[in-house]
This record gives sequence, structure tokens and C-alpha cells, in this order.
Amino acid sequence: MAAVSFRDVRKSYTAELQVIHGVSMEIEDGEFIVILGPSGCGKSTLLRMVAGLETISAGEIAIGGRVVNNLEPKDRDIAMVFQNYALYPHMSVYDNMAYGLRIRGLSKEEISVRVQKAADILELEKFLERKPRALSGGQRQRVAMGRAIVREPQVFLFDEPLSNLDAKLRVQMRAELQALHRRLGTTSLFVTHDQVEAMTLAQRMIVMNAGRAEQIGAPLEIYAKPATTFVAGFIGSPPMNLIPSKREGRDALLGVRPEHLAPCGRGEAMMTVDVDLIEPLGSDTLVYGHLGANGAGARVAVRLHQSVDARAGHLAVRYDPAQAHWFDPASGKRIEQ
Amino acid sequence: MVENRPWLTLFTHAVLLLGVAAVAFPLYVTFVASTLRLEEIMSVPMPLVPGDQFLANYSQVLAAGGTTGSKAPVSTMLFNSTVMALAIAIGKITISIIASFAIVYFRFPLRNFFFWMIFITLMLPVEVRIIPTFKVVSDLGMLNTYAGLTVPLIASATATFLFRQFFMTVPDELAEAARVDGAGPMRFFRDVLLPLSKTSIAALFVIQFIYGWNQYLWPLLITSEESMYTAVIGISRMLVGGDAANEWNLIMATAILAMLPPALVVVLMQKWFVKGLVETEK
Repeated sequence: MAAVSFRDVRKSYTAELQVIHGVSMEIEDGEFIVILGPSGCGKSTLLRMVAGLETISAGEIAIGGRVVNNLEPKDRDIAMVFQNYALYPHMSVYDNMAYGLRIRGLSKEEISVRVQKAADILELEKFLERKPRALSGGQRQRVAMGRAIVREPQVFLFDEPLSNLDAKLRVQMRAELQALHRRLGTTSLFVTHDQVEAMTLAQRMIVMNAGRAEQIGAPLEIYAKPATTFVAGFIGSPPMNLIPSKREGRDALLGVRPEHLAPCGRGEAMMTVDVDLIEPLGSDTLVYGHLGANGAGARVAVRLHQSVDARAGHLAVRYDPAQAHWFDPASGKRIEQ
Repeated sequence: MVENRPWLTLFTHAVLLLGVAAVAFPLYVTFVASTLRLEEIMSVPMPLVPGDQFLANYSQVLAAGGTTGSKAPVSTMLFNSTVMALAIAIGKITISIIASFAIVYFRFPLRNFFFWMIFITLMLPVEVRIIPTFKVVSDLGMLNTYAGLTVPLIASATATFLFRQFFMTVPDELAEAARVDGAGPMRFFRDVLLPLSKTSIAALFVIQFIYGWNQYLWPLLITSEESMYTAVIGISRMLVGGDAANEWNLIMATAILAMLPPALVVVLMQKWFVKGLVETEK
């Protein structure tokens, strides 16, 4: 287990094409870090730079205090789980897990002990002799994790490992990953574009956009205090409402989460939503609409805990000013209150 | 087709049977002729049931060859053909799989240029470059040697191209996973790519074995000693002239013998061959 440091890490393919614009972060020993962002934001590239599959154009990455910029992947003491699992199709589950250990020259007995242990943790004992194609998606995913576990590396790297699974299995594997991390306590970096995965798995997360780390912090902290409009709009479903407004006489963006808008009587309304669409989800009801001229016609989503009269046409809502967020419309940065 | 028209069924079967007969009849005649005496073949009409000279004819050609024309024993020719076909098949596969490995998995300057150079040689079959190749081989003193028979035919753009296409369908993550596992390039080649290419190798082996076995023009040019004749050349050398002068029974026996090994390779490797052409295991 080891700490991982990013020091102003950059990646560029050509002089013009820069994909990572300087990421700095200290990851503590045993932390579970999720790198979250939309596709094309450079999150996988960042992970592959830690793995040694992409070169580091500038800056430093250190694992356990040792700068790894010029080390081969095998010398970095990491293990990686790929999105499409990347199991060797012609090898049995046992051989898939044992392959890396054999290359390292471990004894047969040691390999067998480690593979059996991993198989035990991941409930793969019954499948050790099978080929990957005779396994289901979830089982293949487990084998890929097993291959990482047997290495007993300093750092686990996960590159969207759950995105090929169906929704139910994803939830299950998420729980297993958490249990696994509790059990092994290995520093983990997990790349995903799914905010639910990020929120549930991360101890801390990095929200990335266009090659920059927009915000680094604990999931709930990021949810409660998004640093930029990008983070505010990316985290949360539906995302935070951003309404052009004025604050202390200057233009500002008002951010209110859909669940913080409460219906009220006309008299105490802070805004009135012209309802376009109502989505009853059972537990909640989502109301989508837009504001009138005083709110510049901004689109607004409201999460209600009771069903509403769909014929109303208008919905008067208010919010607690303490739960309002303010952003600078030019820079997109949060204005602290 | 889910149709029930008895006449159509009858018709299609008739066409198929005719087709089979058209292909099989010459083979049958060849076999029959190889079991007859020369006089029986010369008689008109030639008998269409096998004669009693099977053992005599076959042991004659295997041990001593013909009595007119070429006198090389067919067993030597079969051995030469086997060596040639195996060397060409194995050599082609070895060289082209390594070449495509380099082209697909290594970044080096002019990589695509070299690939297209190899690819362009597809347009230069043996027949086109036969005179310069002959000159080179004879200057190197490789006439009447196994090396001379095989080396000029080993380079193969087709096989390189096939392996390249196959390697490009292998997911990159597999190579990356192997890298993270600590496997160097050659280890990855041996432990992952080779086993994955098994079926392609088998299919290519069949094709190239038959290609090597059936070579005619090249061995005809560079073998002048009877001890280096291949089976295909042997047959042509047994034909010495006028119809009556040839020992047709022995020639037919040689033809049957020359047909057997490639047929055997196809039959034995059929399962792999079909797999290699249709299935990719990834």
C-alpha cells in the first residue's frame, strides 16, 4: 500500500493537443479515489499515466514516494482492471490470475496459495478451470479483479470496470468493491463517468473537465459545495438549477438543487415555474419547467415528495437562502458567502 | 427453403450428382488405370473396373520409378515434395507471423511504408520474377538443393497480411494487460498471440502446404538431378513423348500417390481449417 502524488501532471500529444492541463493531488495510503468526468475529459488518460501505459509529458507521478515517470508498468507495483476486462481468452481463470505471478517467478505453491485466496474472496472457486468465454459478464469482472488482487500491488487502478455490466449487477459489484477495499485497504484509483458510482464508492473524488481537475474532495462535500458551475451541473440528478440572477447589484448565477425547491402559496413564492413536463417516479415527482421573463426563461427542475396537480400549469416554489449557491457567470467559479 | 416441390428436389439432386460425377470420374479412371497392365490401358475401350496389377505397379514406382523416361523412385519424389511443402508452409508462417507482429505492435519509423512494401510483393508472384530469382539461386549455388527449392518461395505477403488483420482485431487491452502483468513483447507474443493465432496458423498451413506441394514451374527450373525431383515434376518427367511410349499405368500410380498427401492434410486438418477461416476466439 502506498500514497500516490500527482505534481502538476500534464499530457500532450502534440504542441497544440494538450489533454491534461496540470493535475496536482496527494492521495493518502489506503484511500479510495474516484476520478469522475464526462467522456473525453482525460480521466482515463490520467489513470493510464499512473499505470505507465501513457507517458507523462510534464510533471511527476510518485507511488509510495518513488517517482515512477520512467518506470515500466511492471515495475510500478500497480494492478489494473480494464473496462472490457482484458482476460486472456485462451487461458483458464486460474491461469489468467496466475500469469503475472509466473512471470514474476513466484513458486508454484505460492501462486496456488494466492490464487486460491483471491478465488475465495471473489467466490470464483467453482470456475477456476473454465475459460473466460464460459463466464458471465459479472464473473469475468471478478476474474479481472482477481488478477489484480493476486499481485498484492501498492495501488489498484480501475478503468470504468463496471460500465459493461447491467444495472443490477453494477449495484452488486459496487458493494463488492467496497467490501474488498475495506478488507484489503489498498490505495485505489477508480475512473468512471457514472456519478452514482463515484458518490457511493469514493472517499474522495476528483471531478475532471477538459483535462483539468475542477474540484477535489469528499463526495458529500462536493455535492454540498460545488466549486464551479461545471461541477454543480455534473453532480446530482437532475443537476442543480442555474438561474441567471443578480446579487449585490451584480450579475450572478443562482444555483438551487431541485430537492431544495419547495412548493408554496402564491404569496410567499420566490419564483413561479411554468410546468412543461411531470415525471412521477413513485418516491418523488420530478417537475420540469421554465421561469418567466424575470428569470430569463431559465429551465428549472423541481423534486417534490408528493404528487402534484399536473393541470396546475404553474408551480410556485421557494427555497431556503442558506441552501442557495452563487456562481460568477464569467468564470463559473463559486462565490463564497 | 421451405418449399415442397418434389420435382425441384429431384432436379437439384440430379445436378449435384452430375457435378460430383464430373469431378470424381477422372479420379476414378486414374485409379483404375493405375491397377492395369499397359496393354490393357491401350486397348479400346479401356476397362473401367480395377485390374490386378495394383501391388505390382505401386511397388514398382515406389521403389524404382518408371523404366522409360525418368527413373527416379517415387518414394524419393514424395520425400522431396514433403520436405518442400513443409519447409514452405512452416517457413511462410514463421516469417510472416513475426513480420506482422513487428508491424502491428511496434512503432518504428516508416512502419506503414514497410507494410506496403511487403503488400506490393503480392503483385509479384514467382512466375513474374522467375528469371532474376533463378539467376540469384544459381549464383548462390543452390540449384538442386532443398534450400534452392524452398527459400525463394517462403516470403509471403498474403500470410503477412492475414496475420496483420488478425492481430489488429486483438484488443489493445490484452497487450496492455500483459504489460502490466510484466510480460515483455516476446513473452506476450509467445504466451498470448501465438495461442490465439492457432486456428489461423492451421488454416494457413493447409493452404500453404498445398501451394508448396503443387509448385511446378519453380522446381522444374532448378532441379535437374533425378534425386531432387518433386512428385509433380516426376510425373511430367515420366512423360517422354508419343502416347504409346509412356507407361501410363505407372504414371497414373504416381499421380495417385502424389495426390494423397495434400488430400490427407486437408482431411486431417479440416476441423481446424474451417475454424481458422470462420471463427475468431478473442
